[in-house]
Amino acid sequence: MRHKDYMGLGILLLVIIFLPFVITNDYYLGVLVFTALNCLTCIGLCLLMGYAGQISLGHAAFYALGAYATGILTAKLGWSSWMAMGTGVIISAGVAFLVGVPSLRLKGHYLAMATLGFGAIIHIVLIAAVNMTGGPSGVVGIPSLHFFGIELNTDTRFFYFSWSTVIIGLLLALNLIHSRVGRGLRAIHGSEDAAGSSGVNTSVYKIKVFMVSAVYASVAGSLYANYVNYIDPGPFDVMHSVLLLTMVAVGGMHTIWGAITGATVLSLLPEFLSSMSDYFESLGLSYQPDYDTLIYGGILLLMMLFLPEGLVDGMNSIRRITSTMFIRARKKLVF
Amino acid sequence: MMINLRRQKEVRAVKRVLWCGFVLMFVFFFSTATLYADSKAYHVGCIFAITGKASWLGEPQKNTVEMLAQKINESGGIDGKKLVLHIEDTQGDNTRAVNAVKKLIKKFNVCAILGPSRSGTSMAAIPVAQAANIPLISCASAEIMLQPIEERGWIFKLAQNDSDAVRKIYDHLVKRGLKKVGVITGTTGFGAAGRDFLIKMAPEYGMEIVADETYAPGDTDMTAQLVKIRNSGAQVIVNWSIVPAQSIIPQNMKQLKMEIPLYQSHGFANIKYAQAAGEAAEGLIFPAARIMAVDTLPKRHPQYALMAEYKSEYESTYKDNVSTFGGHAYDGIHLLSGALEKVGDDPAEIRNYIENARFVGTGGIFCFSPKDHCGLDKTAFELLTVKNGKFVVLEP
Amino acid sequence: MESGGFTDFLQFIFMGLQRGCIYALVAMGFNIIYSATGVINFAQGEFVVLGGLMMVTLTTGFGLSIVFAFLISTLFVTIIGILMERCTINPVKKPTVLRLIIITIAVSILLKGVAMIIWGKGSHYMRHFSGSDPFVIAGATILPQTLWIIGILGVIVVAFVVFFNLTMTGKSMRACAINRDAACLAGINDRNMVMLSFALSAGIGAVAGIIVTPIIQMDYARGALLGLKGFGVAVVGGLGNSLGAVIAGILVGVLEALSGGYISSHYMDAIALLILLLVLFVRPSGLFGSSEASRLKEF
Repeated sequence: MRHKDYMGLGILLLVIIFLPFVITNDYYLGVLVFTALNCLTCIGLCLLMGYAGQISLGHAAFYALGAYATGILTAKLGWSSWMAMGTGVIISAGVAFLVGVPSLRLKGHYLAMATLGFGAIIHIVLIAAVNMTGGPSGVVGIPSLHFFGIELNTDTRFFYFSWSTVIIGLLLALNLIHSRVGRGLRAIHGSEDAAGSSGVNTSVYKIKVFMVSAVYASVAGSLYANYVNYIDPGPFDVMHSVLLLTMVAVGGMHTIWGAITGATVLSLLPEFLSSMSDYFESLGLSYQPDYDTLIYGGILLLMMLFLPEGLVDGMNSIRRITSTMFIRARKKLVF
Repeated sequence: MMINLRRQKEVRAVKRVLWCGFVLMFVFFFSTATLYADSKAYHVGCIFAITGKASWLGEPQKNTVEMLAQKINESGGIDGKKLVLHIEDTQGDNTRAVNAVKKLIKKFNVCAILGPSRSGTSMAAIPVAQAANIPLISCASAEIMLQPIEERGWIFKLAQNDSDAVRKIYDHLVKRGLKKVGVITGTTGFGAAGRDFLIKMAPEYGMEIVADETYAPGDTDMTAQLVKIRNSGAQVIVNWSIVPAQSIIPQNMKQLKMEIPLYQSHGFANIKYAQAAGEAAEGLIFPAARIMAVDTLPKRHPQYALMAEYKSEYESTYKDNVSTFGGHAYDGIHLLSGALEKVGDDPAEIRNYIENARFVGTGGIFCFSPKDHCGLDKTAFELLTVKNGKFVVLEP
Repeated sequence: MESGGFTDFLQFIFMGLQRGCIYALVAMGFNIIYSATGVINFAQGEFVVLGGLMMVTLTTGFGLSIVFAFLISTLFVTIIGILMERCTINPVKKPTVLRLIIITIAVSILLKGVAMIIWGKGSHYMRHFSGSDPFVIAGATILPQTLWIIGILGVIVVAFVVFFNLTMTGKSMRACAINRDAACLAGINDRNMVMLSFALSAGIGAVAGIIVTPIIQMDYARGALLGLKGFGVAVVGGLGNSLGAVIAGILVGVLEALSGGYISSHYMDAIALLILLLVLFVRPSGLFGSSEASRLKEF
């Protein structure tokens, strides 16, 4: 891990610790919990896309596997939440292995299609296997998580817990990137053939990172089930996979921090737009929620047109621009 | 070169604007200062699927509550207090629904919530409302929302029970002496709930389910499923779905020259579905709220006056056909304004009021009790049929 | 009504043909843009929706004849396709595949929003082109609309073959698809070819929307559903290969119908998808795609 990463982690940690003292409204904390879950999934997806260069349009399926493992095992079979989460992780990793072995031989759009097809199949099974998953009616009465005897049943508690998970996930991911495995992955991203010929076992590395990213999504799914206490197939469709991909791309997929930024911005954007429409309405303007869709699409388009390398890179370039302006201004003053 | 430089400048400018936007967004979003403190008014929350895949459900509901609130406020409000509606959009998405309910409760301090539109979003929103002790009056139909009743003290629903629709259909089948039923359902929450009841309640009525098929909302042709039903020797088909794809079933049956009777669910209660199916829809039978066939209802019926008024007002305001979904919202505002007038805006008082409320609505004659948070039974349904492209009461 | 084993089988095939032809049309739209840019256009489903909605408005709203409305709707969506390329794809200086894909996702959200505001949220229906009295072939029945769909797909395929093999513009587009740099060297304006590809694929999307609307009732939110299946079909047929798309489309449709008819309608889509995945695993470049061509467009 590099110096910069430690700094970033430190800042994030401080923000997380003090945020609930500033923001006391449960609504905002609840929104941030969902943001944390998206961040967690996106960290995994970023490892796969940004570092190993493999695309996935099926990550909602792993998210679903985690959520349904928790939902079915705890609500129907009475397991403890932690056991269920662990089982979900094992199932997801196993499924990722089974899907990854044949799929990761594919490239580009073909890989995209294979993962998308896998995601669609899982979604159909969630709907059709009524006896197991409850079908479209879903699983009811999923218990809250207990952490050393504390029931995580308030938004503040779950906020701390979910963001701690994100921090742990970040730490693990950053360590992975700067290890031998990470270097191997970057080599694969650069050129798979070259990496192969310099002794990187490309197919094993790709499958491993696919499994790791599946585990991230699975944990996020389990937390979702524990937090909302109810799941149905709705949040786990192919469009959610597309949304996750968009989050990673918007933030900038070449760094984990980009994935987190993208996930945060796109998770908060819809809530922000709805707050804005409340504001307009309170001013007596006739504003329809219908326009939110347009604004959301417009912002996404602008970001991709003008911040091609993602938000994080865009932020850096702004810092560069402002600092050069600052230096120029100082020079003028001196002379 | 010049062009390039200019372009770079443009890009920088837009980048700056975007970033300022994000900073503003965070500041604005988390500013807990409330702009809406108006203690001289009654604050009621509404969450509907106004955009997204179920927006055809949420749109009439939003229109209806806006129309009613305006009417109430124009005639002096409730006890001289204004009725302020905070309308949130779930986009038909569970996560957004959870956020929306929290927002209504924590940010706007509403005294009661009307909605959500869908069963799934309602199920996701229920734990939040239940924990916050705020009455939530759902416009969705799934009965599972109210079970177990001990843990759902704050949850009510206005839509008719799916099981009552099944009872209405099976009663009619018994009367006609038909026993072998082919079931075909859409793969949505509505379809799955119906399928569940159709299969579970069949023995009670001496019915035999000889075929059980499904179709996805995006399907364009269901002849394979219908051929299977035909080969199973079914005497009647029950098609249970709420998506437009259900109109294909009567057309495919006509194509296959299947003569057996077709029953639809109350999800068919949208005149566009009947029009889309054209001639093929003539004569099919379905249970629905009476609002769908007000014109053919005897004028002495207790619901007639109210429904005729709602229908003419809605249709003249929005130039759109009235629907049962909008009707749920109508009943909800009716119920809540009654509660606010009687007991004020204390959530617990409102809850107690609703538990004992009795009133005539568009969905039926409601009769709530502490044990029954729906207040409707199978008499809320009327069997309708399609005649010359219009819904009419089967046996007036 | 007679219903022997063969009649049922034929009935399933007809059903599969109808579904498959629609998939094929959507997939062909994906292919054209893919050939020109190497990008999957996520707004393809939106083209289909806009075509269908426009058709409904023109025929039932303005009372135009079907032929006339057909032409205007197609033209309308074609113009939208051109606008999309000029406003969002053309200005991108360093086009990477992923960036362009996200741009098309953003455009699809925008188009969906516009369609929602213009056409409202309910579904729109229109009459079948020429009645709904079925034809009977060996006991199985087929709707006239299905024949229309098959016929229009046939006409488009023939038009494609002629366009890409016999006209200069078509040949230039093919040249660009095979090797962009070489095509530029030969004096072909590749940016114009990209625009042309968006125009063509929007037009085909519109046609798909127009002919499917009488069957499914169109609403603004249907794009994703229609688009994703088309994408799958395009990939399995071999990206960039339009004939492959047609064959794969019909194959998928028939597979779905047969698994729905003989195995289980609950899992019919899943079974078809599973077979598609198996095909991909055996032939990583699709049924008719060449690995050579796909390597040029990696991202």
